[in-house]
Amino acid sequence: MNNILNQIGIENYIFLSVLLFCIGVFGVLYRRNAIIVFMSIEIMLNAVNLLFVAFSTYHQDAEGQVFVFFSMAVAAAEVAVGLAILVSVFRNLGSIDIDNLKNLKG
Amino acid sequence: MQVLITIVSLGVFCLLAEIFNLRKLLVPVTVIGLLAILGISLNLWAIDPSIDSNYASMIAVDKFSNAFNSLFIVLTIFLVALSGDFYKEHQTKISDFIAIKVFLLAGAVAMVSFSNLAMFFLGIEVLSISLYVLAASKRLDIKSNEAGMKYFLLGSFASGIILFGICLIYGATGYFNVAEIKDLSSGAGIPVWFPIGMVLMIIGMLFKIAAAPFHFWAPDVYEGSPSITTATMSTLAKVVAMATLYKLLSGLSSELIPTFEMVIVVVSILSMTIGNIMALRQDNVKRMLAFSGISHAGFMLMAILSLSTAAGTLLYYTAAYALAGIASFAVIIAVTRDSGNELTENFNGLGKSNPLLAAVLTASLLSMAGIPIFSGFFAKFMLFSDAIKAGYLFLVIVGVINSIISVGYYFKLILAMYTKEASAEKPAVPAVYYLVAVSAIVLNIALGLYPSLVMNLLN
Repeated sequence: MNNILNQIGIENYIFLSVLLFCIGVFGVLYRRNAIIVFMSIEIMLNAVNLLFVAFSTYHQDAEGQVFVFFSMAVAAAEVAVGLAILVSVFRNLGSIDIDNLKNLKG
Repeated sequence: MQVLITIVSLGVFCLLAEIFNLRKLLVPVTVIGLLAILGISLNLWAIDPSIDSNYASMIAVDKFSNAFNSLFIVLTIFLVALSGDFYKEHQTKISDFIAIKVFLLAGAVAMVSFSNLAMFFLGIEVLSISLYVLAASKRLDIKSNEAGMKYFLLGSFASGIILFGICLIYGATGYFNVAEIKDLSSGAGIPVWFPIGMVLMIIGMLFKIAAAPFHFWAPDVYEGSPSITTATMSTLAKVVAMATLYKLLSGLSSELIPTFEMVIVVVSILSMTIGNIMALRQDNVKRMLAFSGISHAGFMLMAILSLSTAAGTLLYYTAAYALAGIASFAVIIAVTRDSGNELTENFNGLGKSNPLLAAVLTASLLSMAGIPIFSGFFAKFMLFSDAIKAGYLFLVIVGVINSIISVGYYFKLILAMYTKEASAEKPAVPAVYYLVAVSAIVLNIALGLYPSLVMNLLN
């Protein structure tokens, strides 16, 4: 495993993760469908998980992989709450377009 | 660690109370439980501040975390006491609401007593997820839904950024343990990922504090959420995030680089000015307090500039701000609980119809504005003198000007209470609101009369 990491180089893992993370960030900022925004947040978190595992192998240290379990559990809890909020928004508004959420202004 | 374990057990008890049909007893029992936990937390004061190695050095119990834990527990006691009446229409769900508040406190305690970044991340997520649920908890109200959705999207976005920061710091050092990272961070040859990770983590925390330019979610979320959740966010959550940012910066790096100090100065000036100017033109009280909270975040950021000595000042400022916030929100909830909105008109004539509540609200607003006798004045005074000692005269001048601007919008509400005529007869207010409002403001004034009580705790 370490051998493959040496051949590819840790920098390339970082570039890949940053790329995925930025895809997630731009998805959150530019997409208007709430489900797609949720998916973009998941892409951001999973990009970080990928980098954690790569660093864990790079340092020959298991702690990074354990952290991935924590962050996966947290992401699941977070998205469960988010979907519950989305359901109540859909019941009140009849749509999941976040542009419709503009009652609060000032 | 004992504090964290007892808080979580209290939360589990709140959930079990639902099964055994103890809803009537729930709020008093939770308040008594929290008082007992406060006792445990104060009792730990004498303990040697070395890292508790029994828990794989996940938690560090030191004076800083102990003092802030006690403050958080006091704030939660007030918030739980208020929830009993606030949720009386939702008796079947009351144990969920109380349990979520107690778990939120567990997250807050984990956030200020971490000695491992895993604990920090879990704490911040427990706190934020509880707040997402509470913000959207008025299920049939579209405004509450909108507030919950906005808070969820921006909060999880900020969590993603914090997680990326933690990951880069791990990549640069190979540790999650704060003490090891601090040792490595001062050495030469640390990869460039380390400063990038620090910056990402600080950006995420500034989102949570709602400091400008990351403040745009706060007014909408504060206005749309149920009032008791707004009280939680503007007192407890803000104080927790600020204390965590302080602990993170002083724990991870030995000293701040000058460029970074410049950034903090700019963020602080921006938050103070934007918060105060925008607050001037609000007619919704919750929205006004949201902007006032943004400007207070700017003041609190000044404490970051004298990182090694300002812990006591930060504790004092946060205690003064949060107690004044609890007192004012107790009055705001009591006055607007039947009207369905929080416009300033609701407060017209309160000085005649309910002099005690009007006096408490006036006192808490004067404390936030920084008028003497109240602790808000001494908090600002000590913050400014720390900043002058650290050589930031310009920042202090901007801070003083902003304090003067802030008097403008606080007095708008005070004048409405005392000079305008009431439009409708107000129904009687339950005793618990008086109790919470008066005890919070008495604590605030006590802190103002004896500042050394808190100031000397951390020195």
